[in-house]
Amino acid sequence: MEENKMTTGKVSGIIANLVIVEVDGPVSQNEICFINLAGVRLMAEVIKVLGNKAYTQVFESTRGLKVGEPVEFMGHMLEVTLGPGILSKNFDGLQNDLDTMVGTFLKRGEYTAAIDVDKAWDFTPIAKAGDVVVAGDWLGEVKENWIGHKIMVPFKFEGKYTIKSVKPAGTYKASETIAVITDAEGSEINISMIQKWPVKMPIKAYTDKPRPFRLMETGVRIIDTMNPIVEGGTGFIPGPFGSGKTVLQHALSKQAEADLIIVAACGERANEVVEIFTEFPELDDPRTGRKLMERTTIIANTSNMPVAAREASVYTAMTIGEYYRSMGLKVLLLADSTSRWAQALREMSNRMEELPGPDAFPMDLPAIISSFYARAGYVFLNNGSTGSITFIGTVSPAGGNLKEPVTESTKKAARCFFALSQQRADSKRYPAVDPIDSYSKYLEYPELQEYLAANIAPDWLGNVLEAKNILLRGKEAYEQINILGDDGVPIDYHLRYWKSEVIDFVILQQDAFDKIDCSAPIARQKEMLEKVLGVCRADFDFDNFEDVNPWFKRVINVFKQMNYSLYQSEDFKKYETELAEVIKERKVA
Amino acid sequence: METQGFKKIYTKITQITKATCSLQASGIGYEEMATVNGRLAQVVKLQGDNVTLQIFSGTEGIPTNAEVIFMGRPPVLKVSEELAGRFFNAYGEPIDGGPEVEGEVREIGGPSVNPVRRKQPSELIATGIAGIDLNNTLVTGQKIPFFADPDQPYNQVMAMVALRAKADKIILGGMGLTNDDYLYYKNVFDNAGALDRIISFVNTTENPPVERLLVPDMALTAAEYFAFDKKETVLVLLTDMTLYADALSIVSNRMDQIPSKDSMPGSLYSDLAKIYEKAVQFPEGGSITIIAVTTLSSGDITHAIPDNTGYITEGQLFLRRDSDIGKVIVDPFRSLSRLKQLVIGKQTRKDHPQVMNAAVRLYADAANAKTKLENGFDLTDYDVRTMSFAREYSNDLLAIDVNIDTTAMLDTAWDLFGKHFTKAEVGIKQEFVDSYWPE
Repeated sequence: MEENKMTTGKVSGIIANLVIVEVDGPVSQNEICFINLAGVRLMAEVIKVLGNKAYTQVFESTRGLKVGEPVEFMGHMLEVTLGPGILSKNFDGLQNDLDTMVGTFLKRGEYTAAIDVDKAWDFTPIAKAGDVVVAGDWLGEVKENWIGHKIMVPFKFEGKYTIKSVKPAGTYKASETIAVITDAEGSEINISMIQKWPVKMPIKAYTDKPRPFRLMETGVRIIDTMNPIVEGGTGFIPGPFGSGKTVLQHALSKQAEADLIIVAACGERANEVVEIFTEFPELDDPRTGRKLMERTTIIANTSNMPVAAREASVYTAMTIGEYYRSMGLKVLLLADSTSRWAQALREMSNRMEELPGPDAFPMDLPAIISSFYARAGYVFLNNGSTGSITFIGTVSPAGGNLKEPVTESTKKAARCFFALSQQRADSKRYPAVDPIDSYSKYLEYPELQEYLAANIAPDWLGNVLEAKNILLRGKEAYEQINILGDDGVPIDYHLRYWKSEVIDFVILQQDAFDKIDCSAPIARQKEMLEKVLGVCRADFDFDNFEDVNPWFKRVINVFKQMNYSLYQSEDFKKYETELAEVIKERKVA
Repeated sequence: METQGFKKIYTKITQITKATCSLQASGIGYEEMATVNGRLAQVVKLQGDNVTLQIFSGTEGIPTNAEVIFMGRPPVLKVSEELAGRFFNAYGEPIDGGPEVEGEVREIGGPSVNPVRRKQPSELIATGIAGIDLNNTLVTGQKIPFFADPDQPYNQVMAMVALRAKADKIILGGMGLTNDDYLYYKNVFDNAGALDRIISFVNTTENPPVERLLVPDMALTAAEYFAFDKKETVLVLLTDMTLYADALSIVSNRMDQIPSKDSMPGSLYSDLAKIYEKAVQFPEGGSITIIAVTTLSSGDITHAIPDNTGYITEGQLFLRRDSDIGKVIVDPFRSLSRLKQLVIGKQTRKDHPQVMNAAVRLYADAANAKTKLENGFDLTDYDVRTMSFAREYSNDLLAIDVNIDTTAMLDTAWDLFGKHFTKAEVGIKQEFVDSYWPE
């Protein structure tokens, strides 16, 4: 990539943020260039080359740009800077540190450093002189918040290297050389704590990517119990506006059992990001007792920020995730919303006058989405330890219709489908994940089935499937009751319906704003599912359908009080006893 | 607008379409303004020396030898305190017969606020309308549209909200407003003696549709001046955003862009977001709150315009005619204010969230009872009580002609609970029942 002379060019055409540049030398696809606008340098990316014309998408507004302005090409693709100091930061889609920007308004052409290179870190060596290393191998470690941040052989390095020296334990600046390695020819290379990587390329510094098998607890019952996601798994949440996508994503980011969380706010409301900025520094991470912000990194490219940078933002987030995965950490990556990213692709494809695919999206949309989801996963690193990226994206389907290109393409790529339903949202059944339409393919993985049997209970999977079946039968019974009327069906139909309602109210529904109910550990979920199934499996004695509804409402109410009580507390046990008494009233021995 | 001196005049147009014309010129900036035989135009495409201009008022009668003068700047607005009390057209020119406004020249459609420099919205906006204050409380810095059919009185409700909200400035952005509605706003503001805190940018149906693309940016540039520079509380009313989006689709169609859903441009989401995201609470005190109108065609919210809007805004308000009481109400089911959680029970009485939810739940029970009745099933005593509760709730609280403060709304709700239900049926936390249940 280190050419002797950089290519330059001149602006020859402008249509919104598509700028055509006449170049005087070689350019590569996705190369970054800077366009001069009255002294301000606007960053742009090459997206098409035609003869000596490079079509570039500018990451900023092009207002006032003139034909003939000079352009400098950088000889590399869009890169992120990787090193200690990324955690807890608020970046924009191009990894500019939003907090160090001057002024209230974003100024175009203002790019800030992602990492403070002068910050000093306490370094502890891991490798020693004489070790043979490859890209991604750990040379040493610094403490970033509470995470052991590994300093690695840069991912760009190909082949084997021998360590000549590693600095002893001590305090060093991020930009200082902490190790010297030699390549096959014997030339020496200095390594600092900082490296760069092009965002559109996956980091492949691992030996193996097995099928994921380990449950990732989120504390959300409808996910953990009914449609579990695994460490290194992928899932997506489609839903119309107002169905609670953001609340669910925030719940995941607060509770999920991950070492760190990367939130890509991609083309969504700025006030939602402000909510994270405001609340996360105050909230405690229940697992470490530290503040949630310490494990959270935000890539904020809100809907009013430049469209092209919106596309880059999801890649920036994924690359940062891959970097931390290479340290053997469990990363949860949340992107809200991938539809906005797809729309950014559509806007560009449209300006380049490409032939459109369905709904005017580019034809290769499914390929782009699936190769992005493929970057998630559970991996074995070179040294045998493991790391993972679990990716959950939201999708905002136009008109709430799930038969649109982004939802359909994502459905092919993601393994968990958490469909939010307008109907459930309207009846305030939150989280509004549809119990019938949603699925987790991982439940079919023998690897996960074994894990669940060993770590939760041998009959766990059977119980979950039974609960799903009861929900389905309850829905069928409900439809019959609606058609034939309350007294037009046997009492058994009412029982069937109300048993499914118990599962709905006690297991599926969860109060995200309640301090206790918002997050349920898996042991608690197990006990509640068993208790609920106990009710569903029992026979009850009713002569009159009018008695069914009030009695089950009492059962549900006691169950809900249990959900609101501290697990195994006095209150919890009190309601448990009360429940047993209510059930005794009607249960057939 | 004044013609500036020393500007080169071009007189050779090479291409004319319905909305655009092209000519050879050099040194032109993208989005620069120009005049073509006196009509305002803006650069939309530069290709070598070939410049394409979009003429806002259309190209009818434009000759190939028309005089084209480039202004060397994007569209601007002069901002100062003098804006207050004035009426302007889409270009920011006075239409009230008053003098030109002097002030600092600002580009419209300027940069966005750095998200880390925003403050979480936290100040309640009281409107006196219980359908809003009780169920869908508004907060400064929020953006929320009315989703309404064209026959509904959204302009009246908006004018009412604007006057009752304690805003320092009210900025009206009228797009495709009928002349009658424009005069209505003018009269209402005048009669209320509020003209000195009103600023209007109006494009009426008599003006060319493409002009209205400038209106939101004009209104919001003025809003940013008062909210950021002057730290004032600013309320921006945008009516009707559907007509704005229609103008976008006209332009994109004439630019030969491939339409996406419902013939709208593929960039509709970003275009609308750029406007609505100007709503902001600044940490220094000023704020911009946007209340907009998106007209629907027979209630269809899956159309691209309301659909994209719903994903951008922080909730939406629905108006509906309640035939039981013969009044227009704020629909409690479909309306939503996403930011209400930030203020209710905190800046209002503690029982607010619970009372709000209980009332809506009982109202939903009434709707079920009504369906039962219509389907010929027997009603229980509870059904009958919910229905009479619903009628009074609708009349005393949901109707848009209600004007009381939030505490009075809560007291009214408790009175209705006590009149129609038992404590257990209402199901509110015991401590609130103890304090507020009417004897």
